[in-house]
Amino acid sequence: MSPLRRFLLAPEAIAGAIILVALFAMALTASLFFPGDPQAIAGPALLPPFQDWSLPLGTDRLGRDVLAELFHGARTSLVVGLAAAAAALAVGAIVGTLAGFAGGLVDEVLMRITDAFQTVPSFLLALAFVSVVGPSLGVVVTAIALGAWTGPARVARAEVLSIRERDFVAGARVIGMHPLEIAFREVLPNALPAVLALSSVIVAAAILTEAALSFLGLGDPNRVTWGGMIAEGRAVLRTAPFLSIIPGVALVLTVLGVYLAGEGVVETTAVRRSLS
Amino acid sequence: MTRALILLRRRLIGSVFVLLIVVIGTFLLLEAAPGDAVDAYIVSTGGDAGMIELLRHRWGLDQSALTRLANYLWALLHLDLGQSVTFSGPIRDVILERLPNTLLLMGSATALSFGLGSALGIYAGARPGSFRDRFLSIGSLALYAVPGFWLALVLIIIFAVDLRWFPIGGIESIASGKTGLDRAADIARHLILPVSALGFIYLALYLRMMRAGMAEVWRQDFVLAARAKGLSRRRIVLAHVARNALLPLVTMLGLQSAQMLGGSVVIESVFSVPGLGRLAQEAVAARDTPLLLGIILVSAVLVIAINLLVDIAYAFLDPRVGASEASA
Repeated sequence: MSPLRRFLLAPEAIAGAIILVALFAMALTASLFFPGDPQAIAGPALLPPFQDWSLPLGTDRLGRDVLAELFHGARTSLVVGLAAAAAALAVGAIVGTLAGFAGGLVDEVLMRITDAFQTVPSFLLALAFVSVVGPSLGVVVTAIALGAWTGPARVARAEVLSIRERDFVAGARVIGMHPLEIAFREVLPNALPAVLALSSVIVAAAILTEAALSFLGLGDPNRVTWGGMIAEGRAVLRTAPFLSIIPGVALVLTVLGVYLAGEGVVETTAVRRSLS
Repeated sequence: MTRALILLRRRLIGSVFVLLIVVIGTFLLLEAAPGDAVDAYIVSTGGDAGMIELLRHRWGLDQSALTRLANYLWALLHLDLGQSVTFSGPIRDVILERLPNTLLLMGSATALSFGLGSALGIYAGARPGSFRDRFLSIGSLALYAVPGFWLALVLIIIFAVDLRWFPIGGIESIASGKTGLDRAADIARHLILPVSALGFIYLALYLRMMRAGMAEVWRQDFVLAARAKGLSRRRIVLAHVARNALLPLVTMLGLQSAQMLGGSVVIESVFSVPGLGRLAQEAVAARDTPLLLGIILVSAVLVIAINLLVDIAYAFLDPRVGASEASA
């Protein structure tokens, strides 16, 4: 059975894929359906959902269109989640490959640094980094990646330790390739599948961290974020709980979609088999 | 006993290096922060340029970065984390005052997620592939996808606002004059929602790990032997499969402690629990960087200590650990 076929036979994986497609569609069409500033006032304040069909999900405390904010928030969540995960995977793969391939003192130093990053709660680190440097999209992405690269680094190192003993690596040495060239052109590509298997977990964690940072008021102030919407809604929790609930449901579905699709991909491709 | 001691010594030496790297990291962040301790002080007290010059000199802030790092390390060795401008007191005292609440919250949440998670994991893993196995796996994944602060808000909407079963926040009733058991019950009532919010999110981790571990153990020969002996299924599940699958979860307890500490920041903020996490949020709001970095350092020490304890516990639980390390 082809991997695609097996993926399509797993109901969880399909559910995850559908959620992700919907999410990407929301992010891509945000400016199309809701041009202009999503933070502009669109109607009366605190309009409940399903009352006025020009504002289907109602409005918030300041009369902003919740549906428009939801669409634009999807964009932020996706951009931050994907960018932070990509950065974390890249840094982790490079550090892990260097540590595993070089061995000795380099390995020792790099792994102690990895330990140090794992010892500090990643959310506190992100909090400190954003509050010192100041909130903007790039800083938030960096802050999240700072706490997320250690997992990929460990996996990459473990893979590299076994790959570097293989014959083709010895062959590359014999023909006189530079050690760095061997590490990054011969060894790293072979270690990559195991590292990439972590991506769904890391993307999901990055989206959750971004939401928590925005909830505490440390998101990019110029962008709509779901975490920020929830924080806004918190002020009117008793009278208009839907303002906190709607973006929260969007977050849960997004993260769940990432998990399910990721699990589906890992289970149906060869990654898991090569791991065992 | 000697096994555990050797393990402990090795881990302690490693921890010192790790802690040193964390300290250098926090020092760099402190340097990167706009303004220094003198600026913060002057903002709260006022003073002219001469005063600023004098204070910079007196506090050693006009020296080279390396000297300042040495001073910073020297102060830390004396457990001096510096002064907090927002709380106008030593950072160490501010943190120590908040620490017990966070430990109580974290400990209870860990007990909840570990206890309930492994129990449900055993329940699911007893019949791999069954409906309840699939249901619990997906259900726990959904729970894992929930942002902690949002779960906290939902719990508040349902149980504190609508049903009014539990208080909306805080650690105990203010000025209630309660003592002894009454006070303990009051604190417990305040902690039920925050502990649930924090504990339920990490429950999935233990459930899934327990389940996966049991699936591995099922395949092993001694399970077959137990079956051949004619043991009841219940006994095989509990005494043979679950028991062996439980061990990796203990390691997870240590690894998870950093995550829990991070998670408690938002939970404590939502429920206004006066702990370390809320202090971190207050430090961010007040731009009190030295306080924030002090919290990071204390958290790192806490995480290292928890992991040491877990390692020792593990060495006692699994006789194979350390047997080779001690001889090596």
